[in-house]
Amino acid sequence: MIEPNRQGDVWVIAEQNDGALHDVGLELLSKGRELADALGVRLTAVVLGEKVAQHGQHLIRCGADRVLAGEHPLLGHYQTNPYAKAIVRLVEEHRPQIVIFGATPVGRDLAPRVASAVRCGLTADCTDLDIGNHVEPSTRQRYDRLLYQIRPAFGGNIIATIVNPERWPQMATVREGVMRMPEADTSRRGDIVAFVPDLDADEAVLTILDHQRTERKVNLKASRIIVAGGAGVGGKENFRLVWDLANALGAAVGASRAAVDSGWIDKDHQVGQTGTTVRPALYIAVGISGAVQHRAGMGEAKKIVAINADPDAPIFQVAHYGIVGDLNRVLPMMIDAVKKRV
Amino acid sequence: MPYNLVVLVKHVPDTKRVTGDAMRDDGTVNRSVLPMIFNPEDLHALEVALSLRQRYGGRVTVLTMGPPQAAERLRESLERGADDAILLTDRRAAASDTLATSYILSCAVRRLAAEDRVDMVLCGRQAIDGDTAQVPPQTAEKLGWPQVTYVDTVEEVAGGRVRARRNTGAGWERVETSLPCLLTVTDQGPEPRPASAKRLMAIKKWRSLAEIEMALRAEMPQADSDTLATEADRRAADLAARGRLITLWNLDDIQADLAWCGRDGSPTKVKRIQSVILKGSGFKKVEPDEAGVTGMVHELIADHTIG
Repeated sequence: MIEPNRQGDVWVIAEQNDGALHDVGLELLSKGRELADALGVRLTAVVLGEKVAQHGQHLIRCGADRVLAGEHPLLGHYQTNPYAKAIVRLVEEHRPQIVIFGATPVGRDLAPRVASAVRCGLTADCTDLDIGNHVEPSTRQRYDRLLYQIRPAFGGNIIATIVNPERWPQMATVREGVMRMPEADTSRRGDIVAFVPDLDADEAVLTILDHQRTERKVNLKASRIIVAGGAGVGGKENFRLVWDLANALGAAVGASRAAVDSGWIDKDHQVGQTGTTVRPALYIAVGISGAVQHRAGMGEAKKIVAINADPDAPIFQVAHYGIVGDLNRVLPMMIDAVKKRV
Repeated sequence: MPYNLVVLVKHVPDTKRVTGDAMRDDGTVNRSVLPMIFNPEDLHALEVALSLRQRYGGRVTVLTMGPPQAAERLRESLERGADDAILLTDRRAAASDTLATSYILSCAVRRLAAEDRVDMVLCGRQAIDGDTAQVPPQTAEKLGWPQVTYVDTVEEVAGGRVRARRNTGAGWERVETSLPCLLTVTDQGPEPRPASAKRLMAIKKWRSLAEIEMALRAEMPQADSDTLATEADRRAADLAARGRLITLWNLDDIQADLAWCGRDGSPTKVKRIQSVILKGSGFKKVEPDEAGVTGMVHELIADHTIG
């Protein structure tokens, strides 16, 4: 176990795959910057791989004060044990007070292995982080400036704030797309520390036989406007109208789980708790009732337009514009209005 | 060559069916009104185990940690074809977070390993009440075993090694590792087989001692504890004689160090719970006609939402 270290840095584990930094690590730097400033400590980015020091400068421009770049042949293709071992050693040596990972399939495989080895707490899939005080009800002990780890739980029906008062570091994974992507600031300066983690070949307990990357066909996260269809669309044929409106707007097409499960559209388009989390400038929800699991993935959109035949659909409660009506009539009118805009 | 497989399953509230009744005014969840189900991805893990047994032989042991009622999931596993079932229940395990839960499960797996009953542990990728996916990797770490998460296919077990395909989120990879190990299975895994009607009838009456005691307390509310204990033992012995007693373990049976269990063993504390409150700030109602829709589109263009 590691003693709490109030001077410890805030750490972001920056994931990279095949030589490219994952967006989520950069998103975490914007939140990590806020946390480090609130605590008056450094923000350190940790990046592991076979050759990764070249990412250092970009990580600093995105908010890090220091980059620890661990380079080792065993870290070339991700596998749990060597990555976990390298991070556990770093945590034991530097005693950061906060360590955050992206809640990607890699982060969700790695973070629990690390937390278990360090015997600290870990909160999964956070949607927000903050610094605040805490009084433990059972002991009345007061703890200053802890990490509030805020996450949906119970299928998205509740939001829980979790703290980790004594067994540090305070560790969490954070969902992709929920933190702001920082703008690279070329004037920022920092230290890049490249090092070779001490790893034995027998720690690579997995043999990767072969692997294939299948690029996502849609990039919902990067879209300014999303037109999404749900169960109310009624069928694959009717989805044509959703696509037509999206084309007219230069938007991406999203979907609720119900539409994906019905086979009307590919899973890559799914928005919500089990799909992608998005925060576009405009989200047009067509025939989506707005179950809590869906709202968890789009509630942060700047403007929400809801089109639904059911006036009591919960989606209207998060909408800025609501149209109660038949989408087969409303969508053609909207497409028309958009096309005529100039 | 036969392999002994252990499947970790969880008795969970059906969080997809949470209605207003289930949410108390203070934002906490009233679990008692929610239907309890088999954690969906655990069923896929069980199916992987049952099909491996069909191919190679061996035994499938299902273990659940939870309240006495969780034995329902064990009966369901037995009906679907599992060989043995263990209920791990102990009040001292209540309020365990993922770290404490994984410690307790690792103690249980260690006992099974000492009894030569485990070559591989399988479980669902995550449980739908917490959705954390943390317990399986934490359990594997404590055992010092390799973990393979997000598995959809187990291709082969041979020569003390297992070969599996896992989803990496951005595609897939095929990996191989040595036994013993822990695998987590996603909902892309093989479709769970239904219970066999014959087994259903046979297993309906199986009970654990914890359930017998619970039923007795309801049946004989006036009886003193000695009478209850004697009667419970008698009924348990009767079931055991017919091979219908579900194994019951507590924390002592698995030699768990209590400092690592329950509330004391859990580093994370819940500070606050809020039910998801909709903004409900009121939306602008747009008439479903040409004037209404065109007006809205023009507003969105005017404020540069539509560029």
